[in-house]
Amino acid sequence: MIRVVIDPVACDAYGFCAELLPEAITLDEWGYPIVDGTPLPPELVEVARRAARDCPRRAITLRERKARG
Amino acid sequence: MGSASDTLPATKRYRILGHPTDLAGHVATLGPVPLPASSLRVWREGFVSALEASGLPGRGGAGFPAAIKLAVAHSAGGRGVVVVNGMESEPASDKDKLLLLRSPHLVLDGAQLLAAASGARNVTVCVPLDRDHVATAVSTAIAERAGTRHAPVPETLARPPSRFIAGEESALAAWLDSGASLPAFRPDKGMPLRIGRQSALVHNAETLAHVAMIARTGSDAFRAHGLIEDPGTCLVTISGAVENPGVVEVDRGTPLIDIVQRATPHQAPQALLVGGYGGAWVGPEHFATPYASLSLRAAGSSAGVGIVVVLGPDACGLMESARIAHYLAGQSAGQCGPCVYGLPAVADDVARLAQGRVDVTLMARLDRRLQEVDGRGACRHPDGAVQLVRSALRVFAADVRVHAAGAPCAHADRPTQLRFPTLPLTGGA
Repeated sequence: MIRVVIDPVACDAYGFCAELLPEAITLDEWGYPIVDGTPLPPELVEVARRAARDCPRRAITLRERKARG
Repeated sequence: MGSASDTLPATKRYRILGHPTDLAGHVATLGPVPLPASSLRVWREGFVSALEASGLPGRGGAGFPAAIKLAVAHSAGGRGVVVVNGMESEPASDKDKLLLLRSPHLVLDGAQLLAAASGARNVTVCVPLDRDHVATAVSTAIAERAGTRHAPVPETLARPPSRFIAGEESALAAWLDSGASLPAFRPDKGMPLRIGRQSALVHNAETLAHVAMIARTGSDAFRAHGLIEDPGTCLVTISGAVENPGVVEVDRGTPLIDIVQRATPHQAPQALLVGGYGGAWVGPEHFATPYASLSLRAAGSSAGVGIVVVLGPDACGLMESARIAHYLAGQSAGQCGPCVYGLPAVADDVARLAQGRVDVTLMARLDRRLQEVDGRGACRHPDGAVQLVRSALRVFAADVRVHAAGAPCAHADRPTQLRFPTLPLTGGA
């Protein structure tokens, strides 16, 4: 289970992530990314890695979390 | 554990307020702080098991269990620092000021106990820059204890800036580290806070007073008060439309209205603000709610910091909420976009509603903004503002309809019944 986590202190609203990964990231009215915290579908993981790599503020991390139970 | 617990039976009324202020009187009344005498390991086992059995949660707002916080700090290794958070930046709270003025030794005892149990080498007491009378009381107490067996690790006073956010625990650790009161983004709350290479165990002053009492009385005396799932006593500051505002020590689970009666409201309250400016309004149908975390959550509020503000019938709850939202927006640390841009936008929407300057999109816009801001800061400052505004829309729903129709109520122009700092400091200075 991989989730997108945004560091709100580092983020400066460049918005690249929402262009690369609109399925998982939307922007609020001020241009800051909103993620819903749900696990990424496996087919999006590679593009999510790219979004994390391309963020000019390095504000995106992909976090692995084991499913409970 | 130690002789003090033999002389204080569990049935004795447990109180953290009302003890002597000076060291001699403090020790004569409560006995010396039960610090380790011979075997640290044996002492530590006793202390930790009493703290665990007490179930003491932090009394600074978040309610994180003190025993777990200690375990996290201990696991980070020794040579840390215990930070006494005496910042109390909630404008409607006086409890920590009162404790540090009246019972500074009880708070310092709690810090020394946690220093011994966590291996910390220092105690740092933080009192904001604009609160000289509290700082003087703390300095006097530190001087009384220095070099005695009551203060095995050195105690020092620090004076961070008087900003709302400066008291947030990661912001406090950051200020002690670098001089900037900035909250940290901490996705893993299980990681200890750090000041440089030292781990930092940050505790609200009231929590430390409880630690010092529990170490003396044992956990049963603490648990003789309050509820099974939310035990002990807590301090609550009552203000607003009351004859006798002030701080009271109550058992957890005391009905809100009984707490309020102790301050003698002017008239039957219209609503109560519970938990501070990042707390929530509670309407008359919930006035009998027990002051306890779960019950307050069910009533749409949170225990937060021990604060109850009484709103009289002659006030406009929406205008008061607009003032709070405006205040909170101005107290952002300025780090996270959703807080920097979102809180002023929300505050502006609430102000328009309170003033009856309503356009057709306002309510939907406010609703969306509240949703967008919630949970999106590094710290919980924006979440508190969202909770407050949402509660206002719910509790003052009848007023919302009147205001949204373009007619502010007759009370909107009245002076506030709340407390705001007259000259809120801004910037990092």
